[in-house]
Amino acid sequence: MSGTATTSRFALALRGSLLARLSLGTLAFLYLAAILAGWIAPYGYDDESRAHSWAPPSQLRWIQGRPCVHPVSFSFDESARRVYVEDTSRAIPVRLFVNGRLFGLDSLEAISPQDGSSARLYLLGADARGRDLLSRLLYGGRISLSIGVVGVSISTFIALVVGGLAGFFGGWVDRSLMRVCEIFMLIPSFYLLMLLRATLPLDWDSRVVYLSIVLILSLIGWAGLARVIRGLVQSLRSADYIVAARALGVHPLVVLRRHALPQTFGFLAIQATLSIPGYIIAESGLSLLGLGIQDPQTSWGNLLQESMSIAEIHLHPWSLIPGLALFLAVLSYNLAGDALRDALDPRGGR
Amino acid sequence: MTEPLLAVRDLSIRFGDTEVVDRLSLTIRRGETLGLVGESGCGKSVSSLSLLGLLHGARVTGSIRLDGQELTNLSPQGWRRVRGGKIAMVFQDPMTALNPLLTVGRHLEEVLETHKGLRGREARKFAADWLEKVGIPDPVRRLEAYPHELSGGMRQRVLIAMALAGEPDLLVADEPTTALDVTIQAQILDLLANLRRELSMSMLFVTHDLGVVERVADRLAVLYAGRLVEEGPVGEVLVRPRHPYTEGLLASVPGFRARTGRLRSIPGQVPSPSEWPSGCRFHPRCDRAGDICRTTRPDLPPDGRPACHFPLEAGS
Repeated sequence: MSGTATTSRFALALRGSLLARLSLGTLAFLYLAAILAGWIAPYGYDDESRAHSWAPPSQLRWIQGRPCVHPVSFSFDESARRVYVEDTSRAIPVRLFVNGRLFGLDSLEAISPQDGSSARLYLLGADARGRDLLSRLLYGGRISLSIGVVGVSISTFIALVVGGLAGFFGGWVDRSLMRVCEIFMLIPSFYLLMLLRATLPLDWDSRVVYLSIVLILSLIGWAGLARVIRGLVQSLRSADYIVAARALGVHPLVVLRRHALPQTFGFLAIQATLSIPGYIIAESGLSLLGLGIQDPQTSWGNLLQESMSIAEIHLHPWSLIPGLALFLAVLSYNLAGDALRDALDPRGGR
Repeated sequence: MTEPLLAVRDLSIRFGDTEVVDRLSLTIRRGETLGLVGESGCGKSVSSLSLLGLLHGARVTGSIRLDGQELTNLSPQGWRRVRGGKIAMVFQDPMTALNPLLTVGRHLEEVLETHKGLRGREARKFAADWLEKVGIPDPVRRLEAYPHELSGGMRQRVLIAMALAGEPDLLVADEPTTALDVTIQAQILDLLANLRRELSMSMLFVTHDLGVVERVADRLAVLYAGRLVEEGPVGEVLVRPRHPYTEGLLASVPGFRARTGRLRSIPGQVPSPSEWPSGCRFHPRCDRAGDICRTTRPDLPPDGRPACHFPLEAGS
C-alpha cells in the first residue's frame, strides 16, 4: 500500500466518522494549548497570591460591552474557611494582549487604589496558594501530553530494533532476545517505580524526574511491542521481495531496515496511538502519589493531588478539572487510534 | 574445452530427514543457456535458490563452483558479493517480488549501490539506463513509479533490470514467465534472450513449460523427484527423448509429438519428498519398469544417455 493510498483512506475514514474528527480536533486543541501555554495562560505556573487561596472561578460580567471581573475579598465563616465576596464597586476589564500574554488583567488596572491589593483573573478558580488553575492546567499539559509521545517513541524504537532482529534472523538471536523480552515483561512496573522513587534522592530537579519517568516507563513497555514486531517480521522474512533483495546481495541489516521494518509502520501507528494514553495515565498516577512531578512544577496528575479527598472536592469542585482534561485526552487518543485502525486495516470490519 | 562457468557436483539438499535434491550435477558453459525442467515439487526452485545460498534451515552438501570458486563454503560476506554481482535471480511472480513501499528507482539504486558503489545522481542515471535497456518507455519518469502503478509485464522488466544491474555472469531465471499473459511471455522471453546475448551472460532457465524452454535454452536438464534423469542439447532431448519420463512429459504437451495425435498423461503424480520410492524414483509410474528399477538407482552416464535401466532407443 502506498503512502498516498493510505493518506486518502485515512481521510475517507475521517470523513465517515464524526467521532474520529472530534477526537483528532480535541487532541490538536489540547496540544496546541499546551505548546502555547506560555502565551495563552494568564499567569505563570508558579505565580501565587496568598490572598486568593481557593478563590472560586471568577464571574465574568459584561460592563459597557466588555467582559470584566470584580475584585474579591474574603471573610471567614464559622468553621474558619474563607468566604469570597465580590466588590462590585470596581470592575476590571479582561483585555487581550496584555503583559505579553494572550489575555488577562492589566497589571496596573488590577491594583486597588485604596489598599494596593491586586485583583486576579481565575477562569477555573485558584488552588490553595492562590495560583490560577487554568494556567497550571495549560503548563501541566506540556508534561502530561508530551510524556506519552516521548515514551512511545523510545519504546517503539527499542521494540523495532529488538523485534526486528529477532524476527529477521531467527535461531539463537531470536531465542535469546525473546528471553530478554520475557524478563522485562515480568517486571511489575508500578512497584518498580515506587521502589526507585523511594531509593532515589528526593531533591532531583523536576526535569530529571520527568526524563527518568519517561525512560523507565518506556524501558519497561517495549517488550510486548517487540514480540508483535518479531511476529510481523518473521512472516515477512519469506516474502518474495525480501528474498529478492537478499538474492541481490543487499546486506541483511539493510534488508531488515529498508524492506521489512517499514511494512510494520501501519501497525505501529495504530499501536502508538493506542498506547500513548497508558503513559499519560501512568505519569498521572505517579504524580498523584507524589512519585512524579513535584510542586511547584505542574502536571495533570499532581494537580489532581489536590482533589484527593471528598471534602476538598466538596469545597473546591474546580480542582477536579484536570481530571476532565486527562479524561478528554485519553478518550481522544483511543478514538483516534480506533479510527486509524479502521483506515489502515481493511480487514477489520466495523 | 575451457572450464565451465558453473559446475555443480553431487549437490544434495535436505530439510531435516527429507532429501529434496539428490546428487544433482550440472554444468553451464559461458554464454550458454541451460533449461532446467520438471514438474512442480521436483526440486527446481530449491536447486536454484541453493546456487545463491538462500536456503534457510536446509543442509546443502556437494560442490558448487562458479568460475573456479567454490561457493558452498563461502562466508556471509562472500555470498553477498556473489549474490547480484556474479549470480543474479529473476523471480517467478513479479507482483510480489517488488517492495510495495519503494519506487522502481529505489529498487534499482539499491543494486547499483551494493555492487557498483554508485550513489545519488550517478546511480539514478544508471537506473534509468537499465530501465531503458529492458524496454521500459519513458524511463526517467518511471523511476518515480511505485510497483502497483506498473503492469505485470512492466514489473517483470524491472526485476530483470534489477538482476542485470549488478552485471552478473550467470542469470538464474526461476519460471520468469509463468505469472504473465501469453503475449507478454513471448516479449519477456525475447528480452531475456537478447540481453543474455548482448551482455554475454550464461543463464539457468528454470521452468515447467517445455514450449518456453525450446525457445530460449541451448541445453536441457530434466529433473524428476529431486534427481536428474536426462540431459542434452535441446533439439535432441525434445525430438528424441530417451528417458520414459521425458517422453511422457513431451507426449502430454500439444505440438511436440504431433504423430501420436492424442495427448497422453503420465499415470499417477509426483510423490512427495518424504515418500520417494526406492530404486528408480519413476518406476511406479513407468510402463517400462522391470524388477531392477525397484531396487537399483540408475546412474546418469556422462555420454548423454538417460538415467534409466531401459532407455528408449534413439528414434523409437
